[in-house]
Amino acid sequence: MNPSQENYAITATGLSRRFGSLLAVNNINLKIPTGSIYGFLGPNGSGKSTTIRMLCGLLTPSSGTVEVLGLQIPRQAEILKHQIGYMTQKFSLYDDLTVKENLAFVGEIYAIPRKQRKQRVNELLEEFELSSQAKQRAGTLSGGQRQRLALAAAILHKPSLLLLDEPTSAVDPQNRRDFWVTLFSLAEQGTTILVSTHYMDEAERCHRLAILDEGVIVADDTPKNLGENIDMNVYEVITEKANEARIALLKLAEVFSVTQVGLHLRVLMPKSVADSLQKVEAILHRNGLTGTVAEIEPNLEDVFVAVTEKHRKEQRQERTKGKGQEVVS
Amino acid sequence: MKSLLRLYAIFHKEFTQLLRDRLTFGMIVGIPLIQLVLFGFAINTDVRNLTAALVDQADTSLSRQMVSDMTASQVVDFQYRVATIEELTTLMDQGSISIGLYIPPDFDRRILDRNRVGAGGNRAAAQILVDGTDPIILGVGRQLANIPVSFDSTRRLQGSVGLEVRNFYNPERRSAVNIVPGLIGVILTMTMVLFTAVAIVREKERGNMEFLINTPVKSLELMLGKILPYVVIGFIQVSLILILGWFLFRVPVQGSLIDVYLATMVFIAANLALGLLISTSAQTQFQAMQMTFFFFLPSILLSGFMFPFDGMPKAAQAIAEVLPLTHFNRIIRNIMLRGAEIDFLSSDILALLAFAFIALSIAIMRFNKRLD
Repeated sequence: MNPSQENYAITATGLSRRFGSLLAVNNINLKIPTGSIYGFLGPNGSGKSTTIRMLCGLLTPSSGTVEVLGLQIPRQAEILKHQIGYMTQKFSLYDDLTVKENLAFVGEIYAIPRKQRKQRVNELLEEFELSSQAKQRAGTLSGGQRQRLALAAAILHKPSLLLLDEPTSAVDPQNRRDFWVTLFSLAEQGTTILVSTHYMDEAERCHRLAILDEGVIVADDTPKNLGENIDMNVYEVITEKANEARIALLKLAEVFSVTQVGLHLRVLMPKSVADSLQKVEAILHRNGLTGTVAEIEPNLEDVFVAVTEKHRKEQRQERTKGKGQEVVS
Repeated sequence: MKSLLRLYAIFHKEFTQLLRDRLTFGMIVGIPLIQLVLFGFAINTDVRNLTAALVDQADTSLSRQMVSDMTASQVVDFQYRVATIEELTTLMDQGSISIGLYIPPDFDRRILDRNRVGAGGNRAAAQILVDGTDPIILGVGRQLANIPVSFDSTRRLQGSVGLEVRNFYNPERRSAVNIVPGLIGVILTMTMVLFTAVAIVREKERGNMEFLINTPVKSLELMLGKILPYVVIGFIQVSLILILGWFLFRVPVQGSLIDVYLATMVFIAANLALGLLISTSAQTQFQAMQMTFFFFLPSILLSGFMFPFDGMPKAAQAIAEVLPLTHFNRIIRNIMLRGAEIDFLSSDILALLAFAFIALSIAIMRFNKRLD
């Protein structure tokens, strides 16, 4: 009906998943535009993996609907499997096969004709700088090499959707940079990429980002908008005794959070608080601490802290409210 | 065509991994080798040289004749000669002897009484004391009691009852002849079930499965690709047992070799299907191994490998009929020892085929390409 709907590689509405008494994913809605790199940012156990598994049909949702590349999931999951690439958190290729054997195996599994398969395997070995490791067993590769191999295997059949579940958790910064270069070039060729991470710098690179906490999407926008729309003022406090200053600042009810970064402190204060800069300075002064306070641009970590803390505070309030009602009734 | 390529992919991958896993590969050759040598020499149901003691209070030519007959049978070895029956029971209590023979002073008269028609012939002439804790030794005692004793030498040759035993198929009474064909089944049960039982669980444990189930590979392709390499392994093992069986124990193959391999193939299929079923039920490799042994022990004990099938209680026989090894033992002994031809419509072959089909179907149904 709606022409714009076709531009979404993934749409999910009211998606939930329960494991026994644990609600791992709680009523989330997703619209992931075709050809974009979409990030899931969240701590461990926030429901990132569970959501990705539901999107590719590995887990059946407890409720909600999923449409991926125009297919109803999980009903049409088998058709979808030809069109998606999936990279798991843990290395999921065979340690006792060589790099080349692993790729050839994946090519056979996707039933790519012999000639094309050989060509594609060589092409990928070249592209992912694995040519010299072609005859080395995957179990003996370094973390970065294993990760490149896993990505090569995931895109071997040229999928139009790539699902990456914490792909860079065991990889050094240089490899992570190279990894993202590859992701951008894939996105340019039209591949939609969904990537989950708990690294802020990675999340910042995504076209669009959903921040997950306790199975709920607490924010969903471009990284830039997320920073701009944050409901907080961010102050950088530079002082000799950062730890003392932190303790003093946390005593003030209006301070939302204080994070120490090296010798600096990042202080979040809600925008609703008037004269917040002066208040921070006053506290420092009252505690006999010298230092400078300056307003700075919020970064993604500030956003993350702000939205997840806000979500948790709301949850706590709701819970106590609920308890209060119980007592009254 | 695509399906065949995927099947080949799994088969090829599995085979490559198998060849690289030195321990598993060692087991493929090592298990048949060690078990065949061990069981072939050790399992001996044909009892010889049991330690025995003798009290001969008669000491006549007839009693000496009887003792020498018993010694000649090689079943007992009279290592002790004592004077009284008390000493005999003491030796028995100590566990020094399994069999004791007591010949009373009036042995000759008792024999004469027995042979005379109508006289008090119900008095025993001598006594054999048996350690009855082992039923096999008890059987030996009964066998000894049947040795004919008489003053009349023609009568002695004739035997007391007039029944003669003719040993078919195994004239030399060698246990190995019975054990080796049975061992084919036992070794295949052990290795085939175990290898496939861990095959799918291993991929689950190592995290390969999550990748694999996200590819277009079908359950049936995955299952077949996983078990086909082990069919090859099974044939290697059978060949090894047959060759060793011939060189070490002179165990013949009376029937055709092709029949032996055909029967083995059906049996391997049944075991592999069972292994897959275990693999789809177990969560860890350790669980898979436990389940394998839960199945393996009754197979050895009830299948007729250890004890004659017909001697078991009806309930045990009913359980045994469910085990593939029971059917295979009958088929393979028929072919190897009696020279029978394989009959694909026999109830044993059909039972094996049905077992394989049912187990594989349940395994495929149980295995879904989901994580929940």
